[in-house]
Amino acid sequence: MSVQILMPALSPTMEEGTLAKWLVKEGDTISSGDIIAEIETDKATMEVEAVDEGTVGRILIAEGTEKVPVNTPIAELIGEGEEASAAPAPAAVVEPTPAPAPESVPDATPVAAPTVAIVQPDMDVPEGTAMIEMTVRDALNAAMREEMRADADVFLIGEEVAEYQGAYKISQGMLEEFGAKRVIDTPITEHGFTGLATGAALSGLKPIVEFMTFNFAMQAIDHIINSAAKTLYMSGGQMGCSIVFRGANGAAARVGAQHSQDYSAWYSQVPGLKVVAPHSAADAKGLLKSAIRDPNPVVFLENEILYGQTFEVPDVEDWIVPIGKAKIVRAGDAVTLVSWSHAMNYAIEATEQLVGEGVDVELIDLRTIRPMDMETILASVRKTGRIVIVEEGWPQSSVSAEIAARVTQQAFDYLDAPPATVTGKDVPMPYAANLEKLALPTVADVIEAVKSVTYDE
Amino acid sequence: MAATRKTPVKNSKKQSKKSDVSAGSNTVIDFSSEDELAAYKRMLLIRRFEEKAGQLYGMGFIGGFCHLYIGQEAVVVGMEMAASDDDQVITSYRDHGHMLACDMDPKGVMAELTGRATGYSKGKGGSMHMFSREKNFYGGHGIVGAQVSLGTGLAFANKYRDDNTVSMTYFGEGALNQGQVYESFNMASLWKLPVVYVLENNQYAMGTAVTRAAAKSEELYNRGSVYGIPGEQVDGMDVRLVREAGNRAITHCREGNGPYILEMKTYRYRGHSMSDPAKYRSREEVQEMREQRDPIEQIRKRIQDAGIADEAALKNIDKDIRATVNEAAEFAQTGPEPDPAELWTDILV
Repeated sequence: MSVQILMPALSPTMEEGTLAKWLVKEGDTISSGDIIAEIETDKATMEVEAVDEGTVGRILIAEGTEKVPVNTPIAELIGEGEEASAAPAPAAVVEPTPAPAPESVPDATPVAAPTVAIVQPDMDVPEGTAMIEMTVRDALNAAMREEMRADADVFLIGEEVAEYQGAYKISQGMLEEFGAKRVIDTPITEHGFTGLATGAALSGLKPIVEFMTFNFAMQAIDHIINSAAKTLYMSGGQMGCSIVFRGANGAAARVGAQHSQDYSAWYSQVPGLKVVAPHSAADAKGLLKSAIRDPNPVVFLENEILYGQTFEVPDVEDWIVPIGKAKIVRAGDAVTLVSWSHAMNYAIEATEQLVGEGVDVELIDLRTIRPMDMETILASVRKTGRIVIVEEGWPQSSVSAEIAARVTQQAFDYLDAPPATVTGKDVPMPYAANLEKLALPTVADVIEAVKSVTYDE
Repeated sequence: MAATRKTPVKNSKKQSKKSDVSAGSNTVIDFSSEDELAAYKRMLLIRRFEEKAGQLYGMGFIGGFCHLYIGQEAVVVGMEMAASDDDQVITSYRDHGHMLACDMDPKGVMAELTGRATGYSKGKGGSMHMFSREKNFYGGHGIVGAQVSLGTGLAFANKYRDDNTVSMTYFGEGALNQGQVYESFNMASLWKLPVVYVLENNQYAMGTAVTRAAAKSEELYNRGSVYGIPGEQVDGMDVRLVREAGNRAITHCREGNGPYILEMKTYRYRGHSMSDPAKYRSREEVQEMREQRDPIEQIRKRIQDAGIADEAALKNIDKDIRATVNEAAEFAQTGPEPDPAELWTDILV
């Protein structure tokens, strides 16, 4: 009886990987625990151990194959006395199984980067600029490297940022380039190292503090708010603090309630902070460079699922995106759709579908939560008369509630429908795949909200 | 109040060499007549300033929280005599003494206490939040223990810049039970950061006696020993011993040996803040401390006994200091309130 070896999922967000190397060949006998292959994920190169015993009958995916979806059969094991089957294995190579089964991923709807069909030329990018394909991860890495090359006062500090190459590989290669003085591994001590970095910033250095996730920054939030955000004011303008607090924010995939919180609304309330939450790689790069240069404390909210997503980034010497400026991703007349960070994925796909149905959506990527670019939002609402805000955070006191309130106060006469919000549900994030999916917004939710404000049920 | 005790830390040559310091105040060497007078003046300035602040509080000129340093003057004055101008100072909310010891202008400090535009923070910080880049004074922090991580960060920056300066990080024995203090000790020792942790043990964390709050409260200087940080207990009422211990600690830091802890046994005469009736200790306890251990009376007596200054000279000093403090009080009461437009400034650079 032959056993199929499937492409394993090696991280919560992995959907595909590269089969880098086979360490066994057809005909080899293997036992449980033997290392049979190396697989590159977006985060690391991992060794795959055999679970079952047997003889390698057929290798179904050649080494070097990229983008092999999780759960694709990669080899076949045959038991003692069996022969390798002559016929191709049922679900091999050509038609990869969608990985994993749709209901088991929170983000089952394919979330491609914005497609050309709906996205107009980026207004920030001069015409004719060459573009390069880049993941958000590489864009963040490039931003930090460029700024560290330019300014010796900038350093990176956090857990596993140096020797481990970053828990999410954001800082990969930086230790090698800048050395241990400027790429600093800390003990697991968020409260302490955040205070330490803030003290260094008060003294004039420009730290980039990486939180493995913003969930862990709750241990350190006193320093982010009381020490970093308030000191300029408390000192009558004498003692500013140029510091970036960055890391993964919000839900990843099935990591449970304590690792899935979206802090956009929390930090957005604090005067003295800037709060940035980019979606695309170009924005991630340009905004992180701006954040590092900013003389103020900046909370830079990333998203684990976006890390591996690829976008076009302008291939220019010093790509900067200003903090505090929203981006009109698609101009339209019928309804304003506002989102940011990973929730943009739902908004983009909803926009594609709605535009296909003839609804002329104006899609805005907020990019910065604080200071909030109300000018762009209000100008849009005055044109469309309708607004839907999409975010992954909880509904009460949410960023979308804030936008809805401001639009109601400042553009009431232009509104043809009450502002609608699509948010994460008002529950701690559940672990079960189906429940997690229910807790997060969906493309269908966004489309439904748009239809409700356009009275197109 | 005993003299100096030490944490036994292995591999510290300094430790074994300095064990002879533990013989008590009479063994102090190298504290000149000039030092006695300078220390006396600075301590008296702090005392008179704080008395005046208390008075202005009673008159309603100072609002909110106001934590007086009376009784603890020898600690910051002795330490500042050991430190150089380029070294940084950071402390908690009981910070007026530290600012005056850093040579900040009493007028600007008092005007901040009264919430005037002429205060160090333009009236926007108050008693607990003042800063001076010029004098390397980094606050003035209202969250107990936060300044320990921040001060460790100042030391991190010193090491990063390799500028041979030292961070003087002050905190009370109340802060010593905060988790981030140990997170800081760990990193400071691991990375050999130049920070002197000045633990001002004034015996009471608000209303809680140290014996009710801290395990092994008789040896708090030892709290860094598991991290390999040398510590000493110092008679914080004797400015000479404070300076001497400060010199040892600062030298240790400047030579690249990492952090050092000085537990200053001291005492605050006033309540935790102005609104504290201090029912948690007896009147006799305070009185005894004032009469027998007062840091300013000790030095005044030495000055008189040694004939460094006569009664008339001391009176003149007192008069000058009163004049300085009165001038500060006048400045603080007459200065303008911040312009309403200041509400919206200094939020972002």
